[in-house]
Amino acid sequence: MSARLRALADALVMLALAAYAIPFFWQLLTSFKPEAELLRVPPLLPSRLTLEHYRVVITQSLMPRALGNSLGIASLTTLLSLVAGVPAAYAVARLPLPGKRLLLLAIVASTAFPQIATVSPLYLLMRALELRDTWAGLILVHASFALPLTIWLLAGFIREIPIEAEEAAAVDGAGLIATFRWVLIPLLAPGLASTALLTFLFSWNEFLFAYTFTVSEASRTIPVALALFPGVFEVPWGDIAAASMLASLPPIVIVVALQRFLVQGLVAGAVKE
Amino acid sequence: MTSREAAARRRALLCVAPTLIALGALTVYPGIWVIWLSLQRRIPIFGVSRFAGLENYAFLAVDPRFWSAARTTAAFTLGSVALEVVLGVAAALAIQGQRRGRRLSISLLLLAWAMPAVVGAKLFEWLYHPAAGLINVVLGYPINWLGDPGVALPAVILADVWRTMPFVAVLCYARLLAIPDDVYEAAQVDGAGRLATLTRITLPLLGRILLLAVLFRTLDALRAFDIMFVLTGGGPAGTTETLTVYAYRALFQTLQLGFGSAVSVIVFALVMAVAWAYLRLLRAGTVAA
Repeated sequence: MSARLRALADALVMLALAAYAIPFFWQLLTSFKPEAELLRVPPLLPSRLTLEHYRVVITQSLMPRALGNSLGIASLTTLLSLVAGVPAAYAVARLPLPGKRLLLLAIVASTAFPQIATVSPLYLLMRALELRDTWAGLILVHASFALPLTIWLLAGFIREIPIEAEEAAAVDGAGLIATFRWVLIPLLAPGLASTALLTFLFSWNEFLFAYTFTVSEASRTIPVALALFPGVFEVPWGDIAAASMLASLPPIVIVVALQRFLVQGLVAGAVKE
Repeated sequence: MTSREAAARRRALLCVAPTLIALGALTVYPGIWVIWLSLQRRIPIFGVSRFAGLENYAFLAVDPRFWSAARTTAAFTLGSVALEVVLGVAAALAIQGQRRGRRLSISLLLLAWAMPAVVGAKLFEWLYHPAAGLINVVLGYPINWLGDPGVALPAVILADVWRTMPFVAVLCYARLLAIPDDVYEAAQVDGAGRLATLTRITLPLLGRILLLAVLFRTLDALRAFDIMFVLTGGGPAGTTETLTVYAYRALFQTLQLGFGSAVSVIVFALVMAVAWAYLRLLRAGTVAA
């Protein structure tokens, strides 16, 4: 194929993918469109751009509060599932764990677990423990739900680390904690980043549990706040578009800036066994 | 057993203890509890709470709404997964063929995948707007995408495919990158054309990862909730109400804790059965390969 034809083919693929992202860019454009022009299409392009929708969303809606809740809940969920997941993955990958096969089977099975199956008992449990509408309740549920995938991914990454490094540390008299701190964690860093990103995205995006266990702005996360975005007389499409963009901000940053780790985690989740 | 081995085992158990406690309390215990709940008649607002045996399941067997939801779930899953596989493989092949801009291409795809399903639903709600939605403006013909029972399910499927196809594409793309160049060179030496290379070499090599992608996507489609709950709420006329949406509405909108749990248990069993079938298929594939 000639160089020119190649360049053309590349451009066509890029164009097709740009077209694929139109739903997103259309919403982005909508979020900057003046209110009066929203329902008056064509023309597709606005006469001017405005920050009015963002001003309304930030000053008059519960979105900022939901943004804070989501950031806190997703970060703490990630932290908790790594703190519990790293030692567990290490035991699965390296230590003589009794009943390892059974545990692995349970882990694989629970990644297939549908949330709807446990939402009713968890609701009763949350109510009994007075964890409804709290960060703690949602963090516990999210972390336990994310844990099987966390362990699965991390165990795969740990197996890729040459065991000699740990053996050398053991010869030098390092205990388990020291081996983790000085040998394992540094070598595991890229795998940890991939796993953390996927866990964070899961918690940030999760809707069913968040919708069921939250009642007020005290714990409502961003997908819930967006789903319940209020309209008084008519649907505020511009405000909803602005709110959607705010809700997509961390995922976008992750896709654009940390793509390598994200793809690595996605692929590892499917291929490792 | 030497004391050193015993110590290693103790250490291993200590390492998994937090995980076992968390999964036990928040996954296994509720997983058993839901089965118990499904055998009860529990409607808290009327103060009803008694053991009902298999009554809920017996009712489901003759419940037209349940069967309608089961059909919708099947149609949604088949439609969504089939489209994702075709588009996902096509996108992966297209990106692999690119000389420049692969990273940007992956970014454009993953953009759709990474955002919350609720955002995806809001994006499409606006695209489907009967008067001002981009789709109808471009078509120049007013279709009531989310209000017409004839097109609502395809519309929901399309919104779901848009957000989840990139997952299939990225997995396939990663597998394509792992195929060594000499495989293609050998094919060229043997005089294989482009089509033959695609059907005889590339697609068979994608087989296994594709099966895995289909497994993950089927499980996700069977338990999908956010997209139809936010986009249509199960309507119009129940045409987009899947089993998960039906279970949710029974549980938290009509507050029938026992009956809703029975529907949840069915979804649970369905997902596990599909997962088991796929895993058997995958294992058979490993032996054959």
